[in-house]
Amino acid sequence: MSTPPGELTKASEPTKASPEDGRNGARRSVARYALVKLGGALFGIGLVIVATFFLFRLIPGDPTIAYTRDVPVTPEQLALLRRQMGLDRPLGEQFLDFVLRTLRLDLGTSYEYRRPVAALIGERVGPTLLLVGTGLAVAVGLGMWQGTRAAWRHGGRFDRFSTGTALTLWSVPTFWLGLLLLMVLAAGMGPIPGLFPTRGMEDVDAPGGPLYLLHVAHHLVLPCLTLVAVVYAQYLLVMRSSLLDEIGQDYVTTARAKGLRDDDVRRRHAVPNALLPTVTLVFMQIGFVVGGAVSVEFVYSWPGLGLLFVEAIRGPDYAVMQGTFMLVCVAVIVMNTLADVVYHVLDPRVRSA
Amino acid sequence: MSTKEEDEDTREEVPGVGAPGEDGSRERDTTGVATGTPGATGAAGTPGATGAGTSRAIARTRRRAALARFLRAYGGNRAGLYGAAILLVAVLAALVTPLVTDPAGMDVTRATGAKMAPPGAGFPLGTDESGRSVLLMLLWGARVSLLIGFMSALLSMVIGTVFGIAAGHFRGWASAVLMRVTDWFLVLPALVLALVLAAVLGGGTSTIILAIGVTSWASTARLIRAQTLAVEARPYIERSRALGAGHWHVMTRHVLPNVAPLVLANTTLTVASAIVTESTLAFLGADSGQVSWGGMLRASYDWGAATSGAWWYVLPPGLCIILVVLAFTLCGRALETVLNPRLRGAS
Amino acid sequence: MSLLELRDVAVTYRGAAGDVPAVRGVSLALAEGEALGVAGESGSGKSTLAMSLLRLLPRDTLVSGEILLDGEDVLTMSWGRLRAVRWASASLVFQGAQHALNPVRRIGDQIAEPLRVHGMATGAAARRRTAELLEQVGLPAWRARGYPHELSGGQRQRVMIAMALACSPRLIVADEPTTALDVMIQAQVLSLIRSLVAGHGIGLIMISHDLSVLASTCDRLAVMYAGRVVESGPSHEVFRDARHPYGRALAEAFPTVGDPASRMAPRGLGGDPPDPAHLPAGCSFHPRCPVSLVSCASEPVELWPVNRAEGRTQVGRTEAGRAEVGRTQVGRAEAAHTAACVHVRADREAR
Repeated sequence: MSTPPGELTKASEPTKASPEDGRNGARRSVARYALVKLGGALFGIGLVIVATFFLFRLIPGDPTIAYTRDVPVTPEQLALLRRQMGLDRPLGEQFLDFVLRTLRLDLGTSYEYRRPVAALIGERVGPTLLLVGTGLAVAVGLGMWQGTRAAWRHGGRFDRFSTGTALTLWSVPTFWLGLLLLMVLAAGMGPIPGLFPTRGMEDVDAPGGPLYLLHVAHHLVLPCLTLVAVVYAQYLLVMRSSLLDEIGQDYVTTARAKGLRDDDVRRRHAVPNALLPTVTLVFMQIGFVVGGAVSVEFVYSWPGLGLLFVEAIRGPDYAVMQGTFMLVCVAVIVMNTLADVVYHVLDPRVRSA
Repeated sequence: MSTKEEDEDTREEVPGVGAPGEDGSRERDTTGVATGTPGATGAAGTPGATGAGTSRAIARTRRRAALARFLRAYGGNRAGLYGAAILLVAVLAALVTPLVTDPAGMDVTRATGAKMAPPGAGFPLGTDESGRSVLLMLLWGARVSLLIGFMSALLSMVIGTVFGIAAGHFRGWASAVLMRVTDWFLVLPALVLALVLAAVLGGGTSTIILAIGVTSWASTARLIRAQTLAVEARPYIERSRALGAGHWHVMTRHVLPNVAPLVLANTTLTVASAIVTESTLAFLGADSGQVSWGGMLRASYDWGAATSGAWWYVLPPGLCIILVVLAFTLCGRALETVLNPRLRGAS
Repeated sequence: MSLLELRDVAVTYRGAAGDVPAVRGVSLALAEGEALGVAGESGSGKSTLAMSLLRLLPRDTLVSGEILLDGEDVLTMSWGRLRAVRWASASLVFQGAQHALNPVRRIGDQIAEPLRVHGMATGAAARRRTAELLEQVGLPAWRARGYPHELSGGQRQRVMIAMALACSPRLIVADEPTTALDVMIQAQVLSLIRSLVAGHGIGLIMISHDLSVLASTCDRLAVMYAGRVVESGPSHEVFRDARHPYGRALAEAFPTVGDPASRMAPRGLGGDPPDPAHLPAGCSFHPRCPVSLVSCASEPVELWPVNRAEGRTQVGRTEAGRAEVGRTQVGRAEAAHTAACVHVRADREAR
């Protein structure tokens, strides 16, 4: 935020410069920034591919051992397997082959399903996006609303109650909260009847047409609730603290001195400014949400990537694990980069810095 | 306040030629990293036989006084005391369990109770799917959960501290690369990474510890790096360099002691998240092969305890996790407040 | 009737550590078109005083006394009336305009905002008025489309002034308007404020720690210490010939141009301004006073006017001065002891 002294002197003799100059410069700097970030993202994705290769091929000693962990095999069978998996070729060649296949989205064949991993993943992306998207939207909305209220009446009863509740829920392990909700709200307990389905996204006898949406929404309630309960605290806390920062700023006093209503000071000045870092953080913390989603999908047997991944662990189905792992990592890196660049475009302060 | 001033006092003397004894005692002080590195003592001068004894004694009294001050300050933090009390009980329970209970009770084949029985005589917290006492499993599970939590937090702290200090100390490409790697780990979903690691490396306690430790150090590294940069901006570092101190000397004698309090507080908080991660890993199927709280919950899930209303199998392990996590968090916060004077007024 | 009149205004902040009296009974008056300077160190309560004029202090702050703006007490106004008064009757120029402007909103929007809020202009009219205001403070109109960070400190302060003028208020309160600026820009901004205020007949209260800045801009000066006005009078006299030892120290901190002796003389004041939460007993200035006596630590000391016509104040012992103070109190103040008074007089005679 602070301007370096050099920038200041440059800006103090600007009367000649036309406004268009500055704007073009700003646009150019955004482009440069985006390029740098893109480079960083590509580096990160490259690192994911490299790490995946070595993780799955080298660390366990030999994938064939893992593949045949519980099966008695003869040395001949092992050698055949090695040749089939390309393990007899030089490491560099194997790596190149892996990279090329990954870039072609050829993620191998599932051991469990006997189908291409890419196709499996394609089927599972939808439910995960539905769950994570809905959960994130609700969590961000709830967190920001409560964070704003808590900060505006800082130290008040609402502040203490909402912050305390959020922090408590945040420290609860996601899967355990899922189990509790499952036990109380899905299976029913004592006087409480089972209100929601215990597993899956749809039942075999799912209705068609618009009723289907309602049917899925009914299934979505508990998984979504669990995810929201665990992740919304961070949005609340970030919104609260960045709004508290803004409230302390002089420009908020200026706005008040101008005769604005309290609500307008908040809506027009403080909240928009506090929103920027918060929204960025939403994207930055997406990895945490993904982790939560894995647990939630498993508890409720939600047919998404997380469930596919956890089931692959039990297999173990290394090709599926590898594919989902890479996809999740790349998605998270892309989201992060996007957040970075969008923040840069939206905030005029960093835009021209 | 006084702790901080005192600390800076002692540290100011370290690079000075006149305080060789101080240096000697510090070697033991700083977890022994500095011992056995001949080049490191370059700036310290030749230890004088007479001076060494007295200044060592001074250092000892100072340390004792600092410890007393620390304990007094910590004792004034009520939340921290509660946390410490809970932890004490948990650790004692984990240590005493093998002495007072019979491990045979954990054996599925020799279990005596009815299957999935609600709490009753002989089984205060009911039984599991093979008739074992849930209470007994909780006690034994505490050992695994706490052990993995502690050890992986320790590993995470070591990696994080090394990366953080190195990234803060070195300049140019080395620092850039270290930070890139740190950011990479920071961005990636740690749980997914840990799951993959645990699955690929195969089950076992040490594997789980490794998986958690390797995936959770990035935020620590960031924190330590920031602190390192702050420490290295202080004038006595430059003085020490001018006296010929090398990288190793600066990092282990000046930076490390300064970041140590931060590391301590942060480790305590990391244990909390490590225990949660451990339970999540165990629940999702990457377990250590021994009964832990997360593993119990997985078994309860597999046997449909939640859907059949067997609350005694679902509630206690989760409550144990939350209680211990809460205790570690309280202790960590208290340590932060006590060790970091800047936070004292704020919280 | 004066434009602004403060009667025994006291401000107390409520904190977790106890109440902090920041302003302790200040009475001031400002006539229409007049410029009053308020001087003092940081922590003397001068900014708190400025904020209390439009009730901008934190909600739980205790403000007592009367703040009469055009005869109407700001402290007892309804919120609606207060909002109408804010900026339309009295506006503020804050210290450090960098933070006083919203960093992510366009300058033009921020200048036009009070116009819109007070229903004075909207749309094209507001844009026209904004351009006019910017030109008035010497900035090109296209700056309205820019953001605060694109401007230098001096330019930002000009924007702040343009904003303060937007609703043509009758009073402008400028809180350290030039503090963060370098000397050249400072002079520019000061002359701008001076000319605008004089040209529009606007009352001005300028707050600064820099007595020389105030003396060159304002008709009258008030010196604050520990939440009280310790001395007030025509700015020329206060600056040249302060009676209160604190006023003297403040004035002497700035050398008189052309007087080599004043440059060589030891000046400034030891010690720190008192912590408003723990004010010294007796005369709150006594720990730093060069002429204090033992009794200063227990008895309050006040200034009283010696020359009614001039409205000047003089240092004196409370008991001795009480009768006179009762008759024509201009500024309540506290200061040194009778002996101090003697010192001050002796000093003046020697000169």
